[in-house]
Amino acid sequence: MEVRAELKYTEEHEWLSIQGNKATLGITDFAQNKLGDIVFVELPEVGTIVEAGETIGNIESVKAVSEIFCPVAGEVTEVNKDLEDEPDLVNTSCFDDGWIVKIRIDSSDLTDANLMSDEEYTQHCANE
Amino acid sequence: MRYFPNDPQTRQEMLQRIGVSRPEDLFAAIPANLQLTSLLNISAPRSEYALLKELKAKAASYPSELPSFLGAGVYRRFIPSAIAPIVSRAEFLTAYTPYQPEVSQGTLQAMFEFQTMLSLLTGMEVANASMYEGASATAEAVMMAKRVYAKGSKVLVSAGLHPEYLETLRTYLSFGDLELVLIPLQANGQTDLEALKAQLDETALCSVLQRVNFYGVIEDASAHAALLEGFKALNIEVLPEMTALGLLKTPGELGVDIFVGEGQSLGLPVSYGGPNLGVFACKAEFMRKMPGRLSGMTEDSRGERAFCLTLSTREQHIRREKATSNICSNQALMALWVTIYLSLLGKSGLRQLAQTNLTLADYARQQMGAAGLKLRYSGAVYNEFVLELPCNAGLWVDKIQHEGLLAGVNLNRFNAEDESGLLLSFTELNSKQEIDLLVSKLKELL
Amino acid sequence: MSVGKHGMVFSEPLLFELKGGGKSGMDLPELDLPLIDAAELLPAEFLREAAELPELSEPEVVRHFTRLSQWNYSVDGGFYPLGSCTMKYNPKVNEVAASIEGFANGHPYAPYGCNQGIKRLLFEFEQDLAEISGMDAVSLHPAAGSHGELTGMMLIRAYHLDRGDLKRTKVLIPDSAHGTNPSSASVCHLESVELPSGPDGLIDMEALDRLMDENVAGIMLTNPNTCGLFETNIERVCQLVHERGGLVYLDGANMNAMVGVTRPGDMGADVLHFNTHKTFSTPHGGGGPGAGPIGVKSLLEPYLPRPVLFEKDGRIEMDFDRPKSIGKVRSFYGSTGVLIRAWTYIKTLGAEGLREMTLWAVTNANYLKARLAGDFHLPFDSQHCMHEVLLTDKFQQERHVSTMDLAKGLIEAGFHPPTVYFPLVVSGALLIEPTETESKETLDHFADALLELSKKSHEELAELPKMPPVGRVDEVLANRKPILRWQPES
Repeated sequence: MEVRAELKYTEEHEWLSIQGNKATLGITDFAQNKLGDIVFVELPEVGTIVEAGETIGNIESVKAVSEIFCPVAGEVTEVNKDLEDEPDLVNTSCFDDGWIVKIRIDSSDLTDANLMSDEEYTQHCANE
Repeated sequence: MRYFPNDPQTRQEMLQRIGVSRPEDLFAAIPANLQLTSLLNISAPRSEYALLKELKAKAASYPSELPSFLGAGVYRRFIPSAIAPIVSRAEFLTAYTPYQPEVSQGTLQAMFEFQTMLSLLTGMEVANASMYEGASATAEAVMMAKRVYAKGSKVLVSAGLHPEYLETLRTYLSFGDLELVLIPLQANGQTDLEALKAQLDETALCSVLQRVNFYGVIEDASAHAALLEGFKALNIEVLPEMTALGLLKTPGELGVDIFVGEGQSLGLPVSYGGPNLGVFACKAEFMRKMPGRLSGMTEDSRGERAFCLTLSTREQHIRREKATSNICSNQALMALWVTIYLSLLGKSGLRQLAQTNLTLADYARQQMGAAGLKLRYSGAVYNEFVLELPCNAGLWVDKIQHEGLLAGVNLNRFNAEDESGLLLSFTELNSKQEIDLLVSKLKELL
Repeated sequence: MSVGKHGMVFSEPLLFELKGGGKSGMDLPELDLPLIDAAELLPAEFLREAAELPELSEPEVVRHFTRLSQWNYSVDGGFYPLGSCTMKYNPKVNEVAASIEGFANGHPYAPYGCNQGIKRLLFEFEQDLAEISGMDAVSLHPAAGSHGELTGMMLIRAYHLDRGDLKRTKVLIPDSAHGTNPSSASVCHLESVELPSGPDGLIDMEALDRLMDENVAGIMLTNPNTCGLFETNIERVCQLVHERGGLVYLDGANMNAMVGVTRPGDMGADVLHFNTHKTFSTPHGGGGPGAGPIGVKSLLEPYLPRPVLFEKDGRIEMDFDRPKSIGKVRSFYGSTGVLIRAWTYIKTLGAEGLREMTLWAVTNANYLKARLAGDFHLPFDSQHCMHEVLLTDKFQQERHVSTMDLAKGLIEAGFHPPTVYFPLVVSGALLIEPTETESKETLDHFADALLELSKKSHEELAELPKMPPVGRVDEVLANRKPILRWQPES
């Protein structure tokens, strides 16, 4: 299982890459592995305003659906359109080409978002 | 008990292996006060011979031999002899839902062919593998519209919708917060599109139009579609008598978003109204919001064409409370029946069938008009229309039954204030001779 | 595509790929009038181009579908032990019964008296179902089990609303329930609250006590549950729910373990549905049609879908005047053709036979349990199982052999696999329901095959099945790039 040191993680297995007021969100290697072959990613529309903890989309395998949670409030500024035709990018490149959305956030909200470091997340997965 | 294969001695061996002495011992987990101490109050077992005799006696109350002009949502069709033997093949009849594709390719390919056949017939991009029947499928279409256009709240429904479909839709909507607005008919029997226009705004969720409406009148679907342009409201077409698609423009061409049909009209037995067949089709962009099963084409491990159920994450067994519908069992066998019917009928047969229905209904209209009988509506019809009787329709229908005709559906059944309306249906099972007989009986009323 | 494949297993193109052209496989009845062209009667803008349906002769159509049928596994052809599906033998006389002319032709709107025979049959069937379930009234309207669930939940909502109790918008559903339960609740705008199972696979009474409050409309439970266990606390469950103002919905999917032995009505259920295609032997038909009659206690009777059948002066009549009725839930009066089959089954077995049916359904399941215990993990073993036995792949997983491997291996061995990966409360579930219509010989063959497979390696099993007309089907591809219809080559 791959975990990257520069990212933040949620209990629901999303990763966030944060640069100032911009966050990129995807699902972790642990999550994609557990879901198996991903067949469809339901993306939000650009411009959607999300509350912290809200669902912004779904990831589907043949026989399971997993919701994508956004741990921090913000506005969706970009979605990964490549996933419409190639949902398996989430399997093959979950931290890079398989990113899901980009969100404009208020970085001061991050303290409340309960995000984990790579080490904390590794421990979290071990407990599952 | 001819269905239970184990003889008493074998049963004892089995119980011994389990470690109990009597089968009753296996029910120890059921509290004693809940266990029945005597047999159910149900008749004793009966022989196949005795039961068939009783069944035939019960069925005999129906006068199958009489000429019939009954329709109104369930249609009498000539059913070719080739269909029942295929549908009765145990491999189709006694198979489960094809969740294990390797041992269900027959059902899956037939489902895929049904979906294709219905797409060709309706001109819609995607058809599912069936719903229960037309009325609940109409309610499902409205619920689907809500998934497509979440802000809509007003369900506009033509008064030409089959009254039982309307009542079913009202039942489904009564537990939520969608508002149903009924759009009246105009004097010619078509839906009042001006009245519909007045209701169109951003709260309009959908407009439900039965194209050949309950009273037999063909709606102006192009004008209906044009009216909806510029609004988010979905265009839902309902069509209980689907053979009309042998002649009429397809819902696909007319820009319909969701199409609901009653597949009974495509060669299924009348069977007291069930089991019938809900046909459900939509634009491809709404595919993932659709209820019901879908068979998809794919490949097997050898790279050859194969089929399996697909987009199952929409369904209840995976998405549970968030599923697009609670439907599980569908009408697979009825869908197979209709696929075979349409295969036999073929391109030219369907057209000829529809023209035959049209011809017979037109002949009846002409004859009745010439005899001085009054038609309720002037709009164009396919194979049904409403006659305005100069007497109580219910009494006349009962009387004429004794003179050897099942003369039509008394509309009083659906509307207590309607005492004179008689809905007549003409299919390929009728003839000029039967219509002449009907007209002669009607003339006696004048 | 080639016609012959291997031996007598044929490949068969799609209907639309067969060579057509100017043929029809059906004669229409002679018309004693000149055929009018539609263009003479209808405006041109109403009319279409002819639908591109196949153009085939009758023998071509018959051969096509006969070949397709040969790719299906079926109950008539072999053991089909799908848990919670009750794949019992479907008697042939039932098929004859439903196709009798007066039933097949009976029009639901025919004038007075014509349908007296079918109404009498349906009325008798309602009475038998009420007796079997211990309920006060039965409605035959729902088209299938999940439609019955929905109708039942509508009745529960209508009951609370009628009493002015507007806040009951939640429903408790055990985590072992079929997916239709929470889904049916959602369709009538009730919010599902998951009720966790206890370590014994039964309802956790403490959790029930905690969750059952004044916002809960009722509970939907399956008994015996999907772990094959009888809910031993069922009376206490119903009592607690009733005391707090809720009602009890019982999912009748597993009635095959109860008929003639015990009755949901006596346990405290207020409403239940039957699956005629499970308990009462009507065929599954590759997915349907089903029928989902519901039974209710008298407190829910006013809300039943209309019309309701009743007897008056020796005739069966329909009562439409039901002011508190939820209304109709479908067109006409139910899946009559299916109900005729189920009536025939009940009348064939009679009271004695129905009890025998249950006794031997449960005996067969326990026999398989006895044969497989030891080699397979039994997650819950506090009681004899009911009509189905739940195993898991826990022991086999130590060698990386999964339930899916075993399922595909069973296909190779000539058996339909049991229900796999359901219920969700255990990992790697194999839910096996043999039904009463299987012989010991068949059960032994199945147990032998499963025991042999359980000793094989994952690598050996991964290549299976080899025998069926297709290999493992690529479901991922089917979902990533959905192809839902044939398209003509442009």
